Amino acid sequence: MAKKSVWSDNRFWQRSAAWITGFASVLLIWLTFDTSGQIQMGTDADLKNGVTKRVPAPTVINYKITYEMDAKRKHEVPVIGEKEKFFGRDDYSEDEAAKLLHLGKLASQAKNCMNCHTLLGNGAYYAPDLTKAWLDPAWQETGPMQAMTGKSTKEEAIAEFLQNPSKYPTHARMMPNLGITAEEAKGLVAFLKHMASIDTNGFPRNFGKIQGAVNGK
Amino acid sequence: MASNYSMYESKKLATWYFTVAATLFGAQLLFGLVAAIQYVEPSFLFEVLDFNVARMLHINALVVWMVFAMFGSVYWLLPDETGIDTVGIGLGKLLFWVFTAAVTVVVLVYIFIQVGPADETTIWFINEGREYIEAPRWADLGITVVALGFVANLYMTGMKGNRSGVVTVLMADMIAFAGLYLAGMFYSDNITIEQFWWWWVIHLWVEATWEVFVGSIAAYGLITMIGAHRKVVEMWLWIEVSMLFGSGILGLGHHYFWIGTPEYWWEIGALFSALEPLPLVAMFIHVLYDWGKMQGEESAKGKEQSVITNKPAFTWFVLNAFGNFLGAGIWGFFHTLPQVNLYTHGTQFTSAHGHLAFFGAYATILVGMMYLAVQGKNNIKVLNNTTSTIFATSMIVGGVVGMTVALTVAGYSDVIISRAQMGATWNGYFDAQGTTWLLQGMYWRLIMGVVTFTGFLFLAKDLLTIGKSANHVR
Repeated sequence: MAKKSVWSDNRFWQRSAAWITGFASVLLIWLTFDTSGQIQMGTDADLKNGVTKRVPAPTVINYKITYEMDAKRKHEVPVIGEKEKFFGRDDYSEDEAAKLLHLGKLASQAKNCMNCHTLLGNGAYYAPDLTKAWLDPAWQETGPMQAMTGKSTKEEAIAEFLQNPSKYPTHARMMPNLGITAEEAKGLVAFLKHMASIDTNGFPRNFGKIQGAVNGK
Repeated sequence: MASNYSMYESKKLATWYFTVAATLFGAQLLFGLVAAIQYVEPSFLFEVLDFNVARMLHINALVVWMVFAMFGSVYWLLPDETGIDTVGIGLGKLLFWVFTAAVTVVVLVYIFIQVGPADETTIWFINEGREYIEAPRWADLGITVVALGFVANLYMTGMKGNRSGVVTVLMADMIAFAGLYLAGMFYSDNITIEQFWWWWVIHLWVEATWEVFVGSIAAYGLITMIGAHRKVVEMWLWIEVSMLFGSGILGLGHHYFWIGTPEYWWEIGALFSALEPLPLVAMFIHVLYDWGKMQGEESAKGKEQSVITNKPAFTWFVLNAFGNFLGAGIWGFFHTLPQVNLYTHGTQFTSAHGHLAFFGAYATILVGMMYLAVQGKNNIKVLNNTTSTIFATSMIVGGVVGMTVALTVAGYSDVIISRAQMGATWNGYFDAQGTTWLLQGMYWRLIMGVVTFTGFLFLAKDLLTIGKSANHVR
């Protein structure tokens, strides 16, 4: 009688499944340790010393953020520039900035932003992506959104909109009133500014760089 | 197969789980319709039941009905596989009521309270605002207890009774399924860290542990419905486990392209997630091959009748083999490489994939399990289709495929105009939303959603009445 082939042996496949699963899991855990180290928030000292972190410290709200093409990486990365006033101040302490970010991040979850918008591209597709919303041309000094709210700075304009979204309709599809308080709105803007400073490997591409013609506009 | 329904309490518990699952399936479709109407007519229920609430209910009902049906499936097959009733059945029944009560409270809070102030009480008692696992933290803890009780029952039964290959795979798989939920329970101010762990739950559920679960259920179904040889089926199952976990675990990397995680995830995510369709092809071939083989053996004996003992369930199992490959495999592969995903990430394209994948990979086979339970409960030897079965199946499948095609067309508009052309800004987003393709896509999605829901009504009617029909072999 011919010897039974290993290829039709259940024990062989069972052991293979165990080894492959084990190997993939170990590799994932090892990569998780490496990634976790790289995505910890930076410190205020990093910002002061120009040390680039994938996720900067909350005090990044004291600085001007831009989204620039990186010649070496061949995609856009957030660049943290000179000091910039945020709600009239550019000297938020580590503690103050962290508290503001904490409030904003909690608000983003409590108000369920993610089930209309995308954050870092994840969420629902009923409203614009918020990953780099802080840098959106619509909110800049010359943009229509800032003008609509009648505020003189981007952060005040966004905060005003968040508190009274249905007062400023731009399309038939509107943002509902979610009962966001003035303090929560300030936190949310800090959260958005911080999110814009995260190094997302070039996502989204060409953000705000192209003002193309669509449907003949 | 002669029914052993009356012998086992486990099977009775399974039917409870299936009943709640089917009800939640209906709720999922209903809230999906609300969201679909809002795309077409944004003033519909504005500031009453907004899109974010409808959508949260839509996807939460989806996850929860599937978990209910998965628990039900395991309780259903355990006596058949192990030869004994589930150990700890009393605990199982208690946890069923705890789970059902918890889900009811969570849903009522979602509907009537919706959002809360920006503090920890909202996270604990209203919702966590995290797609798919929005359930507040008290419910997280409750779900963990329920899942641990379920896993304990599975282990105790598997160790006491005959531990078949199917049960062994389920034991290994379900403990990972329950354990992974813990990764999604903590809060971080760092959104990159939070999304990193959030994907551990979502991805390692739907692209790893749930798929292995489907492999086990398919194996059980082939043995019960067409009398496939256990040794062959279980060998296939182990090969599928190797391929699913071998590709799916590190395929997690395709969610780490753009959330702040290092660039090396591009290569790892691309490579392993590109392999993810392979086991789905294998599962598809396996189901059709076994069917042909068993029918061929029957023909060789000079018998002409079908080897299938449950026509509706087997239809849904075959739809699973095909839908899993098409929805998860093909539609997933479309946008899994970072070069494409840079533009498709977070667009209607994702939504097209999500609809066909969840339906094809999971809804189909779980509906099939419901039909198996109906057969067993009514002591039917061969369960045949009724008119309602045919209406239900064709309308649900046609509706979901129609929605997927509509969303895919809408997705192309979204990807090319909002992302490639306009660079993902506020204006770019609305420019894409206003294009004819996207608008028409949303109309068609709504129409197809209505078709799906009508099909569901036929399904509900069929599950409740098919057992009494006279055209079965008893």
